[in-house]
Amino acid sequence: MREVAIVGIGQTPVGEHWDRSLRDLSVQAILDALDDAHIARADALYIGNMLSGELASQEHLGALVADHLGLAGMEAIKIEAACGSGGAAVRSGALAVASGQQDVVIAAGVEKMTEMSSNCTTRYLASAADGDYEAAQGFSFVAINALIMQRYMYEHGLHKEDFAPFAVNAHANAVGNPHAMFRRPITEAQFRAAKPICAPITLLDSSPMADGAAAVILCPLDRAREFSERPIRIAASALATDTVALHDRRDVLFLQAGYESARRAYRQAGVGPDDIDLFELHDAFTIMAALSLEATGFAERGQGVRLAQEGEITRRGRIPICTMGGLKGRGHPVGATGVYQIVEAVQQLRGQAGDNQIEARRAMTQNIGGSGATIVTHILETMD
Amino acid sequence: MDIARHWRLRDQRYNLQGTVCAGCGHKMFPPRVVCPECRSRKIETFEFSGQGEVYSHTVVYQAPEGFDAYVPYVAALVRLEEGPLISAQLTDVNVDEVAIGLPVEMVTRKLTEQEENGLIVYGYKFRPRF
Repeated sequence: MREVAIVGIGQTPVGEHWDRSLRDLSVQAILDALDDAHIARADALYIGNMLSGELASQEHLGALVADHLGLAGMEAIKIEAACGSGGAAVRSGALAVASGQQDVVIAAGVEKMTEMSSNCTTRYLASAADGDYEAAQGFSFVAINALIMQRYMYEHGLHKEDFAPFAVNAHANAVGNPHAMFRRPITEAQFRAAKPICAPITLLDSSPMADGAAAVILCPLDRAREFSERPIRIAASALATDTVALHDRRDVLFLQAGYESARRAYRQAGVGPDDIDLFELHDAFTIMAALSLEATGFAERGQGVRLAQEGEITRRGRIPICTMGGLKGRGHPVGATGVYQIVEAVQQLRGQAGDNQIEARRAMTQNIGGSGATIVTHILETMD
Repeated sequence: MDIARHWRLRDQRYNLQGTVCAGCGHKMFPPRVVCPECRSRKIETFEFSGQGEVYSHTVVYQAPEGFDAYVPYVAALVRLEEGPLISAQLTDVNVDEVAIGLPVEMVTRKLTEQEENGLIVYGYKFRPRF
């Protein structure tokens, strides 16, 4: 297997893009990534997306986007793993390059969530869960996360307010990210006063529905300097699954697929949690940030919230998370999110993170599909 | 209209029919054809009693399409006395009374009503045990 590098990145601002379609967003992010790698074409496209059929009446995204890039002819397919689609697309692209089947590959993610009313989008998002036995009972995706959070608070003796540092940190970091949806800080008082969506989850525990697209260009590591002065090495790429339904989990408070994909990633890269300088995790809800920190070994069981309360997740802490705003502050265009995480980690490793720059040589990303049924973990490193 | 889908689920929706593994005795709801514990394919049907207790709960204020008319409602994980967790709404209960550990029992209730001339979907919910 060949080693793989990232040599180009592109992203659209995340937000409510009423005037832009699924294809517009995809093409813009990919053209920016191609320009960043100083190339005009690629051999293959893997595009992560969850809901284009339901929300934008458009499937067959691989061919559509390849066509509108002016690159009809190349291999191009959509990759779907609910909110983990973006991370899965990057992994698919990395596998294609590693195998030797493809040389220069585009891995992208796109989601257009503002086409429909929010209760309609809420219904379709619930298709990430078990359709017959969760969604059909009137369970939204937020409700499923709320069930985890309620039990977590009960088991660990926590209060809802204890989760505030996750949201406060994400918003604080979004201020310095020109592509973020919410470029404004929030206070703990605002967090406490936020209105409930599915108690105990409120608006300020939750990442927003949004439109956006992001893309990376991948190539064999030994060719990376042809395209980039600062190529980033993919040191690890791992995907693991768990039961789709929360009620089928052996332990509803532990992300087994997060643990398993991180374990494989650490082994591939030959590192452990202490060697990671920053962690772009999947804070779709504050509870998911806590569980991700615990699954990856940054905190003991039940201690993820305490790590945040002690300030260790900020840009100056032991393990900075959501350094460009995370899902909460940057926004969560579901199928694109996993690619935004990779793009942001590359910005940090290249020294292009502007006001949010962290001294970092090794970054980890973790992208979660559903309530934890698909989890993709990547570790990226500088090549200096 | 997804008539066949709802019809297909009738034994689960009305009778909590799941499965039990003939190999290791593991009980499953919803039903499966492979036991997740021992991978045995010797699976038999098993009807759950409908008795259980609340394992976790939430109050839904923003519902998915199709459930807007019912907000606020309580969604819960119920630990069935035979072992499995089940996702279901609680009914006949004040939101303030709901707590982890509350004993509950299965009842049949309307889940949702589709658009005009569409299906009225019935299924299981749980209420505080009498």
